[in-house]
Amino acid sequence: MTQTYKIRVENVSKIFGRDPKAALAQVQAGMGKDELLRQSDHVLGLHDINLNIRAGETFVIMGLSGSGKSTLIRHFNRLIEPTSGRILVDGVDVLTLNDHDLRAFRRKKISMVFQKFALLPHKTVMENVIYGLLVDGMAPALAREKGADQIRLVGLAGFENHFPGQLSGGMQQRVGLARALATDAEILLMDEAFSALDPLIRHDMQMQLRDIQARLHKTIVFITHDLDEALLLGDHIAILKDGVLRQVGTGPEILMAPADDYVARFVRDVNRARSVTCGALAVAGQPQGDLVLDASQPVEAAFSALAASDLPIGVRDGNGQIAGVLTRATVFQALARA
Amino acid sequence: MADGFPELFDIRSFGRAMDQGFNQIVANYGETLEAIFLPVLKALVMMEKVLLWLPWWGVLLALAALAYAASRRWTVTVAVAVMTFCIGVIGVWEQAMATIALMVISTLLAVLVGLPIGIAMSRGKRMQAVTLPILDIMQTMPIFVYLIPFVMLFGPGKIPALLATIVFAIPPVIRLTNLGIRQVDAETVEAVRAFGASPLQILFSVQIPLAMPAILAGINQTTMMALSMVVIASMIGAGGLGYQVLQGIQRLEISSGLMAGLGIVLLAIIFDRIAQSYGQRMQKSLKLES
Ligand SMILES: Nc1ncnc2c1ncn2[C@@H]1O[C@H](COP(=O)(O)OP(=O)(O)OP(=O)(O)O)[C@@H](O)[C@H]1O
Ligand SMILES: [Mg+2]
Repeated sequence: MTQTYKIRVENVSKIFGRDPKAALAQVQAGMGKDELLRQSDHVLGLHDINLNIRAGETFVIMGLSGSGKSTLIRHFNRLIEPTSGRILVDGVDVLTLNDHDLRAFRRKKISMVFQKFALLPHKTVMENVIYGLLVDGMAPALAREKGADQIRLVGLAGFENHFPGQLSGGMQQRVGLARALATDAEILLMDEAFSALDPLIRHDMQMQLRDIQARLHKTIVFITHDLDEALLLGDHIAILKDGVLRQVGTGPEILMAPADDYVARFVRDVNRARSVTCGALAVAGQPQGDLVLDASQPVEAAFSALAASDLPIGVRDGNGQIAGVLTRATVFQALARA
Repeated sequence: MADGFPELFDIRSFGRAMDQGFNQIVANYGETLEAIFLPVLKALVMMEKVLLWLPWWGVLLALAALAYAASRRWTVTVAVAVMTFCIGVIGVWEQAMATIALMVISTLLAVLVGLPIGIAMSRGKRMQAVTLPILDIMQTMPIFVYLIPFVMLFGPGKIPALLATIVFAIPPVIRLTNLGIRQVDAETVEAVRAFGASPLQILFSVQIPLAMPAILAGINQTTMMALSMVVIASMIGAGGLGYQVLQGIQRLEISSGLMAGLGIVLLAIIFDRIAQSYGQRMQKSLKLES
């Protein structure tokens, strides 16, 4: 079973401060984040996180500011080491890698887009994008060729020789994206990679990411504050609060069955009709009428038909088989839970 | 009254042991050390010769070109040229060339030694904790104290003058290299670490370039301190402008002392302008780029 998971996080806790181990003991004895900070000046970053991320999926991490998202994602490429617990990537505990293997792992297998861009201010856009390739020893001419492709992909052709300081925030973010894509890593860590983009470019980038995903089957760990983005991109979504994992599930699962009050409030304002698929709401029954919807279509698609008639509408699954029906009552009930 | 002060150890015999120990070092290693520093001496003499062999306008043009390369501004270039001209006008050209040679060589060596120390300091808390107090002591110790061991080792001459100057002038390069590297944005360093850069790659592709404005400021300060050392260094045979000041004291001639003093001031301004404007230009381009 281990093999099908690309990344496994096992019982990971992280505490920032002078004596993390002692603080961890206190946390395990039941102390919360606020109390720990007040009593011993230690910050609880993460507490007992367990996650399984499948190969080829987009895994979204959500949570309020300070909930530990960036801390968690930095564990995957060991920029941060946990106070306790293990992180397995392809079955290998990254904490056991020696310096050499860790560098090889970071060069070939995993790459990252940073929340605050973290570009090299003294290097041009092109030099930034090919940095990872050069570090890995690729010939500069070849690296530039690859770099030019990535720069075109993120829509920055013509800016190769500009410096980051001469670009807008959104453009800088796209340089960070191109830099991460350039190394062709199997795993892509994206810490609020789209947060600085305007809605149009953001939508473009989301579509491009889905496209990349469909073609290359990378494993993507994506942090976002934006629930719509999470639902659009995420095969699974994890919700963090104060360093504790509150729920992990598919988008519809989380929308339709929030694990607790916090998650419920978190997802309250989302447009369910657009995010929940017909498949998620289908119940057993006999369809009547001509209209048949795909399980993957949003519930929204059924609205006009439901408005016109009371009859159960058929929903077919990926193989074209009828999987169930939607009725006016089930749809209203599902959407009403706010 | 120091009567009755508890005598914790016998300071006299301690002092004697120290002197004897050092004498022993001088006796045993003096010649080896001299041989080691012979190439440095040759470089120093060579540079002095070249500067004096060049026609005065050749040196003037070279300094002006350097000023333009560093600042890309005509005002600075012209100012440097005029000040260089003044050095000749007040009649201390030859002494000034000797002083420039000493200053340039000692600054070069100070940077060569100071950069690695500063880099090492920036990499660990412990290294910094050990080095900082030593630098503090080096900077507060009266300069004359440095002359003693070097003169003992080498006898009066250019080498001890050079070494004393280096010891005196090296702290700013070390301090500011350390500081500059520590001030590089942690997230930028983290980003290149995430792409698998080795410590050396991080140092040369990110930390040193981004610390460059600070390092340059350190080099500038070192240059100025080396220059301020020339009078004292001339007491043990450095020659140049400092020696003329010294002669002014001995002969009670205010004119020769004043002219040489003015020469030192002019040199200080010239090199400070060049270094500062280069630093400013770099800082500006880094700002633009960040
Ligand atoms: N190096 C550090 N030292 C001490 N505390 C830290 C450190 N890094 C993070 N923290 C703390 O850990 C907690 C989680 O921070 P983190 O950056 O992971 O939050 P985040 O979920 O990414 O927030 P945001 O959405 O604002 O980016 C915060 O309380 C923060 O103060
Ligand atoms: Mg964050």
